[in-house]
Amino acid sequence: MFELSAFDDIPGTTVFTAERSRQGYQLNQFCMSLMKAENRDRFHADERAYLDEWSMTEEQKQAVIDRDFSRMLSLGGNVYFLSKIFASDGLSYVQAVSTMTDLTVDEYQAMMLAGGRSIDGWRSVSERP
Amino acid sequence: MARITAGLTTSHVPAMGMAVDLGKTEEDYWRPVFAGYEWTKKWADAEPPDVVILVYNDHASAFSLEMIPTFALGCADSFRPADEGYGPRPVPVVQGHPELAAHLAESLILDEFDLTLMNELDVDHGLTVPLSMVYGQPEAWPTKVIPLAVNVVQYPPPTGRRCFNLGRAIRRAVESYPEDLSVQVWGTGGMSHQIQGARAGLINAEFDGAFLDQIVSDPEALALLPHIDYLREAGSEGIEMVMWLVMRGALGDRVEELHRFYHVPASNTAVGHLVVTPKEG
Repeated sequence: MFELSAFDDIPGTTVFTAERSRQGYQLNQFCMSLMKAENRDRFHADERAYLDEWSMTEEQKQAVIDRDFSRMLSLGGNVYFLSKIFASDGLSYVQAVSTMTDLTVDEYQAMMLAGGRSIDGWRSVSERP
Repeated sequence: MARITAGLTTSHVPAMGMAVDLGKTEEDYWRPVFAGYEWTKKWADAEPPDVVILVYNDHASAFSLEMIPTFALGCADSFRPADEGYGPRPVPVVQGHPELAAHLAESLILDEFDLTLMNELDVDHGLTVPLSMVYGQPEAWPTKVIPLAVNVVQYPPPTGRRCFNLGRAIRRAVESYPEDLSVQVWGTGGMSHQIQGARAGLINAEFDGAFLDQIVSDPEALALLPHIDYLREAGSEGIEMVMWLVMRGALGDRVEELHRFYHVPASNTAVGHLVVTPKEG
């Protein structure tokens, strides 16, 4: 039997397991609701009030308000669902995804144009400083 | 008798679809990406199949976390482009082939692949971007399409071997369909990319190159690659490449590689593309 803990060795990576899916269920379903224009409008008009309609944890709600995508990942968010938040903000994947790294958007874009992030040093947490 | 005439794989990066929709394909950033599909466009216009079985993943568009089918087969007459949060793509409605889809469902389930059957399904960029890359912007898509959605969002997706064996079963199912149809199987997604976490932006051209070689020459061995190797080497979203193995299983033991293209980047992703045909004997 494969041990899920083996994923912990991959640095800077959150694998969306069944456990995370349970933890993030309300957060991710909230994100799905933003696929409807009327819900996007209500959310942007009063984020706090819209979030209070969902039985999300306070931490999850605050992470959404802060647009802290790294925090949302750690609280059970999945990026395909979180994309509904940044798409509704008018951000591209590159713009939003770069905020989860230690690079600015411009640095991140330059890295992608130069061939992307090299895997050297990023295969295992044992390779990280 | 229906037969599988070709296989195709391609990335399905949403920004590639936007480049088509917004008329940006001639811009410096996009020109090299679309140049890699020029050969394919000519080939595709010359020999449109009757049906494409299009293997793709939904990206939280048709499927939320309420239901997570591992394999879902589109059995409807037609499939609308999904509204992914910024309005549906301005592309034609996808016409299905419900008769062949019903035959596939029966054959595959009796062959012990327990599919979910979809009589309503909106299709997102995972399915429509490959059509745009191959057929451009026609009034109507020149082929019918049977969507086959694979879960790669919540761990675990199906194994590579399961995908490869499903492809083999699709070949048997197609070959037992009495009508004379030309059927292509497309595997989409990939190649290396990671769009989350501190490691976002990962690209592994060495892994991708080896994957392109091996899916042509030795797919049976490639099918044994464990999930963690995809996640570690090709990034958390590189796992989409298991879907390419459905295509390869459907093409038979040996294939001829007609076209190959690889380019970095499109948005956060390495673009990979293959066209293959079955080789007899």
